[in-house]
Amino acid sequence: MTDSKYFTTTKKGEIFELKAELNSDKKEKKKEAVKKVIASMTVGKDVSALFPDVVNCMQTDNLELKKLVYLYLMNYAKSQPDMAIMAVNTFVKDCEDPNPLIRALAVRTMGCIRVDKITEYLCEPLRKCLKDEDPYVRKTAAVCVAKLHDINAQLVEDQGFLDTLKDLISDSNPMVVANAVAALSEIAESHPNSNLLDLNPQSINKLLTALNECTEWGQIFILDCLANYTPRDDRESQSICERVTPRLSHANSAVVLSAVKVLMKFMEMLPKDLDYYGTLLKKLAPPLVTLLSAEPELQYVALRNINLIVQKRPEILKHEMKVFFVKYNDPIYVKLEKLDIMIRLASQANIAQVLAELKEYATEVDVDFVRKAVRAIGRCAIKVEQSAERCVSTLLDLIQTKVNYVVQEAIVVIKDIFRKYPNKYESVIATLCENLDSLDEPEARAAMIWIVGEYAERIDNADELLESFLEGFHDESTQVQLQLLTAIVKLFLKKPTETQELVQQVLSLATQDSDNPDLRDRGYIYWRLLSTDPVAAKEVVLAEKPLISEETDLIEPTLLDELICHIGTLASVYHKPPNAFVEGSRGVQHKRLPPRTGSNESPESPELAQPAAAQPADQPPAVIPSQGDLLGDLLNLDLGPPTSGGTPAITSAMQMGAMDLLGGGLDSLLGGDLGGSPAIGAGSRSCSYAVLPQCPSRGWSRDLFDLGSGVGMPAGSYVVPKTVWLPAMKAKGLEISGTFARRMGTIQMDVTFTNKAMQIMTDFAIQFNRNSFGLSPAAPLQLATPLSPNQTIEVSLPLSTVGPVMKMDPLNNLQVAVKNNIDVFYFSSLYPINILFVEDGKMERQVFLATWKDIPSDNEAQFQIKDCHLNSDAVSNKLQSNNIFTIAKRNVEGQDMLYQSMKLTNGIWILAELRIQPGSPNFTLSLKCRAPEISQFVLQSYEAMLKN
Amino acid sequence: MIHSLFLINSAGDIFLEKHWKSVVSRSVCDYFFEAQGKANDVENVPPVIPTPHHYLISIYQDKIFFVAVIQTEVPPLFVIEFLHRVVEMFQDYFGECSEAAIKENVVTVYELLEEMLDNGFPLATESNILKELIRPPTILRSVVNSITGSSNVGETLPTGQLSGIPWRRAEVKYTNNEAYFDVVEEIDAILDKSGSTVFAEIQGVIDASIKLSGMPDLTLSFMNPRLLDDVSFHPCVRFKRWESERVLSFIPPDGNFRLMDYHVGSQNLVAIPVYVNHNINFKESGSSGRFDVTVGLKQTMGKSVEGVTMTVHMPKVVLNMNLTPTQGTYTYDPVTKILTWDIGKINPQKIPNLKGVICLQSGAPKPEENPNLNIQFRIQQLAISGIKVNRLDMFGEKYKPFKGVKYVTKAGKFQVRT
Repeated sequence: MTDSKYFTTTKKGEIFELKAELNSDKKEKKKEAVKKVIASMTVGKDVSALFPDVVNCMQTDNLELKKLVYLYLMNYAKSQPDMAIMAVNTFVKDCEDPNPLIRALAVRTMGCIRVDKITEYLCEPLRKCLKDEDPYVRKTAAVCVAKLHDINAQLVEDQGFLDTLKDLISDSNPMVVANAVAALSEIAESHPNSNLLDLNPQSINKLLTALNECTEWGQIFILDCLANYTPRDDRESQSICERVTPRLSHANSAVVLSAVKVLMKFMEMLPKDLDYYGTLLKKLAPPLVTLLSAEPELQYVALRNINLIVQKRPEILKHEMKVFFVKYNDPIYVKLEKLDIMIRLASQANIAQVLAELKEYATEVDVDFVRKAVRAIGRCAIKVEQSAERCVSTLLDLIQTKVNYVVQEAIVVIKDIFRKYPNKYESVIATLCENLDSLDEPEARAAMIWIVGEYAERIDNADELLESFLEGFHDESTQVQLQLLTAIVKLFLKKPTETQELVQQVLSLATQDSDNPDLRDRGYIYWRLLSTDPVAAKEVVLAEKPLISEETDLIEPTLLDELICHIGTLASVYHKPPNAFVEGSRGVQHKRLPPRTGSNESPESPELAQPAAAQPADQPPAVIPSQGDLLGDLLNLDLGPPTSGGTPAITSAMQMGAMDLLGGGLDSLLGGDLGGSPAIGAGSRSCSYAVLPQCPSRGWSRDLFDLGSGVGMPAGSYVVPKTVWLPAMKAKGLEISGTFARRMGTIQMDVTFTNKAMQIMTDFAIQFNRNSFGLSPAAPLQLATPLSPNQTIEVSLPLSTVGPVMKMDPLNNLQVAVKNNIDVFYFSSLYPINILFVEDGKMERQVFLATWKDIPSDNEAQFQIKDCHLNSDAVSNKLQSNNIFTIAKRNVEGQDMLYQSMKLTNGIWILAELRIQPGSPNFTLSLKCRAPEISQFVLQSYEAMLKN
Repeated sequence: MIHSLFLINSAGDIFLEKHWKSVVSRSVCDYFFEAQGKANDVENVPPVIPTPHHYLISIYQDKIFFVAVIQTEVPPLFVIEFLHRVVEMFQDYFGECSEAAIKENVVTVYELLEEMLDNGFPLATESNILKELIRPPTILRSVVNSITGSSNVGETLPTGQLSGIPWRRAEVKYTNNEAYFDVVEEIDAILDKSGSTVFAEIQGVIDASIKLSGMPDLTLSFMNPRLLDDVSFHPCVRFKRWESERVLSFIPPDGNFRLMDYHVGSQNLVAIPVYVNHNINFKESGSSGRFDVTVGLKQTMGKSVEGVTMTVHMPKVVLNMNLTPTQGTYTYDPVTKILTWDIGKINPQKIPNLKGVICLQSGAPKPEENPNLNIQFRIQQLAISGIKVNRLDMFGEKYKPFKGVKYVTKAGKFQVRT
């Protein structure tokens, strides 16, 4: 008799039959029936209708039957809350059972019943179990606190369970300690600022003692918890390291990696001249290598982490190059990671070996892998200068194979090699040109065109080559078109006499026949440059380009330090800080490596010298770092002062730009790169062309006196106080602070300019980078007078939402460029999303109901808003003035439920349900939207409005 | 912590789901199927997949995908290790980890999963403890149960779970007390065209089968412990003693378990027991090629090499192969393009050879890639690293156990490039 028979019963009267069997007098029949019910539940059938019958079987002495009923309860209690009450008594009784196994089982199951009504009854039994004499019961109860917290956080705090849990950290049984730590860590994740895990040397000592005796899983919890501690000095740091190192020999790879995290972090504090530091470095290598002989999935996670470790401390694995050699039956995801690490470890000492391997890989079957191998050869050339020559000749060998994708990939990397070692390997250009016809991928074509343009003076038939590309100009991808345009302009500046016709042709193709705004903009820039000042054009277009270096693919040091603190976590797999994740990181603090102490050497990077205190939640406005490619910058943000002549079609260009993105923009915002959000319904797309934007259809020169609307119009909506966006230090004396507001249906950016320099500032202009909601200035920036030293001027700049759209990270990030007579400055600011709530955001009740149901529940996000002392009417009024409309209000069991809707400028609807318990300062906000990324920003707006 | 688990078979059916917190709709697996669709091979599905609200962490074992759903930041290795533990437990309980076996024992599976995790936190993952809580199904027991109406669930508290040695249950009794150790070494190697070693290392394990009564305290010492510089141990091994004296001192779990893993790295010289001479070429024009491979013995320390097989993944354009082996049999599967040559034991006087013609698809270009040769072999009574067990002592109990050590060396990922 096996259980597989339970899978086959698909008769119609099944439920009815089961019901009869459950109520049978025979014990054996009952048990069989419960088993059948469980089997049906396992495969996803709905057997909730049997709830009362199954619960009736609960009062039994048969342990297996009891367990099975408990299993059932956990699954269905939520759907039958009233019935679930029936089970409470049995739970309370079981918590007093003389058998600790039954006590533990009861407390475990209780916590899994996610019904609000029941939780209150469970507090007393739980309190007893937390102080039970049997450690097995205590450790189970510790986890139960975490469960309860997940259901009703307030209750757990009110009942003082958190303190009891903290006491359990000093329990005599290591398993209880481990579970208490695990429970507290999970609770702390939803309370970012609480000091739940307040670690001090005494508690650390207890954890370290428990570490040796608890199970492997407990060790992981304890190690992860230790990693959050900052030792007082290098001696404490060393003693913790000494006690953690034995974990490196554990058979469980997760234990090993968590131990590596602790060591990597605390090592930072040890002076480098200490003997122990060297010993520790040596001890870290073998366990990392061992991880690579495990199952492929483990290898993958290990490799992602090793990638971080070799960037931070290359010395650990510098002799272990060979273990990263690729085996031909490794899964592709392992192969690609290994390749990446091989390049990071490549040095003059081992480059010959590495190149031989890479060449071998370039003949494999898997196309993706081959491509990456070819690319890796180029990266080696850039990284290890001595090997460049050998790399280039290897690449040429590969080009001779004539395998199409190998050739294309090789050309792309040779372009990079040229940018690193200019005027050294140009002799290979002839070979490259032979393969011109076989290039069919945009990236390879663009690279080839770049090479031809860059070295036009050395290639006799450069004009013919470029002309051949020009024939199918409109069929090319944007990347190739842009490159071709630039290359031909370069050619023209180098050989003006023969190529005038060609340049005319490409400029007119780019400006008149193309509907791509980037291409048009670039075309106009060149056109204007060439027609007004060819000398300047030469300086700009043929400017010496900065050399590229291998650092381009390294992780930025501050991010790397943060990621090192997150070794072994998802963040380390994705190489993104935890706060970049959509969920589960609602308030993760930035982690930093501890500063090195007690030694005379300076910390490795200045940031590390700062105290490791948590960074304030609202980040200071970031100044966009000036990018390497000057030319690119200039072209992307055309900010130039109005040139009077030669601007034939600016107006239409701007219109085109605005129109274009209404179509594509929405999609790119919604179908964002997380790849998850469902495609938006046809409704919002259909409007793309119908609402033609009221775009500022005037040239830059005409709008001199067209002042934007006045400053500070009072309105009911909430406005965030001004913050400094651009400190004077970073902008040659110009300080810019500001905020965003929505007044009378228009979005305004209130900006304060302060001149803290010694000279007068004039000629202000402003431009936005593409952003998530297409914000762009609706009028040019006008400062009535020049800004004299120490003067402050306030301006309100009206904004439109018809600008170019690009998904930003975070979504509400706005990058701004401001120009004056001194320089161009870049900064970025975050705007509150409520400025995008439009006035007609009130949804019909019926539509609301239908939409709420229609949006999948995966898209629902629930938040707690704390400490808000308003009643529901005040809330409703307050939100209404910010274009959040209350559609209906309902009173359910003493709670006020407000159903609200709002609409963004790009047509995205957000539906909200706000639950207010009179007398309680904590609201529950549920948001549903087709673009769930928005939810957290909406929450921020709610909080800001309600608390001000 | 771990939120839910879905088991998916190779046909793409979700045949089991288990939730440890609230129920996550199985539609979340669509993201998994999407990733699976992108991967050209089942082995290539990425182990960590992000979705808008969850992360999916999966392993692929015995033609089943084990997909865990997590919602908060959880160490992925933690999840992967746990999933492997689930697979091991199924194998332990049902003899195999197949869809049929899981379906056949679905109630036990559900009970097991429930005991292994509580609210996503690991609870009992040691097979000794689980077996006390839930008895593994046996034919006899299911017959007895159906007659007497008793159940598979233990009535006692799992004693081991509370003691300092959670891996051993109390009051173990055997009439024959035995302790056997298997030292198994696998050579992972890549040899290049000319036969020289690109990379070679040894992955070793010591598996133990211990059937001893009471609470024995064992000490295992090696002749040459210095070879072992990269080890990982079962939690029962006292690390301090290893650090100071280089002996393994432990109170063993009852039954079969892996005592330690070790790894003799690329720093040491690894002996390569076999060599391969090969000549595989495709004619520039025409639709044929030549295949000529010889496998011979190199450093075998005087032991015989058995169970030799060679598998080759031939390029796509290879239609068929007409070969003659001097020893053993060969098969070529024109669908998967895999050539298998089953050689058996190599006689040093008569070196096996496989030679013949490769038939290519007519008109197709000459294949670019060179096929890799995968070699399998087995050498009994030899640990190629040279590791040797010196002695085993038992303390704490009075009886005299039977003791034994077996050595075997096998090929792991042993590849020859051509």
